Amino acid sequence: MTSTVNPVDERAARAPEFPMARAAGCPFDPPPGLRGMQQEGPLAKVRLWDGSTPWLVTGYADQRTLLGDPRVSADINRPGYPRQAPMPPGGTGVSFILKDDPEHARLRRMVTAPFAIKRVEAMRPGVQKIVDDLIDELLAGPNPVDLVEAFALPVPSLVICQLLGVPYADHDFFQENSKVIINRNVTPEQRSAAHGNLIGYLDDLMGEKIAHPVDDLLSGLAGRVTAGELARDEAAQMGVLLLIAGHETTANMIALGTLALFEHPDQLALLRETDDPKLISSAVEELLRYLHITHSGRRRVAVADIEIGGEVIRAGEGLILANDIANRDPDVFAEPDRLDLRRDARRHVAFGFGVHQCLGQPLARMELQVVYNTLYRRIPTLRPATELERIPFKHDGSVYGVYELPVTW
Amino acid sequence: MKVTVDQDKCVASGQCVVAAMEVFDQRDEDGIVVLLTPEPPAEQAEDVRHAAAVCPALAIEIQD
Repeated sequence: MTSTVNPVDERAARAPEFPMARAAGCPFDPPPGLRGMQQEGPLAKVRLWDGSTPWLVTGYADQRTLLGDPRVSADINRPGYPRQAPMPPGGTGVSFILKDDPEHARLRRMVTAPFAIKRVEAMRPGVQKIVDDLIDELLAGPNPVDLVEAFALPVPSLVICQLLGVPYADHDFFQENSKVIINRNVTPEQRSAAHGNLIGYLDDLMGEKIAHPVDDLLSGLAGRVTAGELARDEAAQMGVLLLIAGHETTANMIALGTLALFEHPDQLALLRETDDPKLISSAVEELLRYLHITHSGRRRVAVADIEIGGEVIRAGEGLILANDIANRDPDVFAEPDRLDLRRDARRHVAFGFGVHQCLGQPLARMELQVVYNTLYRRIPTLRPATELERIPFKHDGSVYGVYELPVTW
Repeated sequence: MKVTVDQDKCVASGQCVVAAMEVFDQRDEDGIVVLLTPEPPAEQAEDVRHAAAVCPALAIEIQD
């Protein structure tokens, strides 16, 4: 008796493991396996840690289409959602980035005002001062030094603490816990405990803001709790999300971006020698495109059948939209593997696309513009204090970067 | 060129403001898009097209 093998099942059976490894010696390029998939067609199957085989979407245009499609859900609690890691015992609570509209929009709109362009621009002089003060300290301190510890992490941490109203004195505590949360290799129990620590911390802080509101983002949320528009646990959840997202991503962009520039001295020279805001802005967009530090893909699940490129994604099937390889799509970016600070890279999907696109992107851009325009000009001899092969990369996290970057000048 | 925006769709990314500041603004209370110039002059057309292309919520429509 012969049986017909469903081609989709057959493909699932030989689906490669995801996430994939990068090539040795190419710390800035996406895994070669992803490139192969992009050349083969719009949809591929990959195998996750739990044996599930969601679709992997590699093309830039397809990703933008799907991320804007209401038949695609970001709800992590739907069956078929491709999770990055096992669910911790008892769950962790879910913030708005893992919910769909209208609930997502209701919560997101409560925290959008501080990230409006004019509000972010008003913060620029304060961010410049933070950056200048840290460079003063760097120059007065030991040489060589770890740039991550001395500069890349403090800049965005100080900024997000100021914006939220979180005491920076507590930074060791929240940085340690957020490191655990974004590490893929910790146990569900460890992740749950770290998340619990941060929730407890933010809940205490929320209590203080409810009693004594001041002019900061958490006090704004506290006001909504008092008005009955927001549950206190939802407010704490949002605080944790903004605190983690506000420092981990930008810190990695600063350190990894600096390392990438060390490896491309002609491009570093461009930034060192310019004060043209247009070139600085285009440099930031290009580094965001080229480095794509969020390298686990946007995770979604189909809620209806969706046809794409002659294939059908069935309702209930998971989707991973790999933004790292989309940012290297040769149909959109000429010579995509070349770092070219002068190109127009503004269409990149480093911040995602669709209604879930990164809320903090105006702040992230402004911080990176200030940093890239200041650091190399103020320390023109800044250079790595070790070989590329000795630098530890974050292959195991949901945010890519370096654990350490020893520098000298 | 005629521009329309859908404030219900808007997710306040602010990218339209960065692309074309004379045409788009944001509401103070929640960053939602405000259309300043529904019929922008030809010299702003390219910036407005870029604003529509980068809007993550597809909230900007253009009619030529």
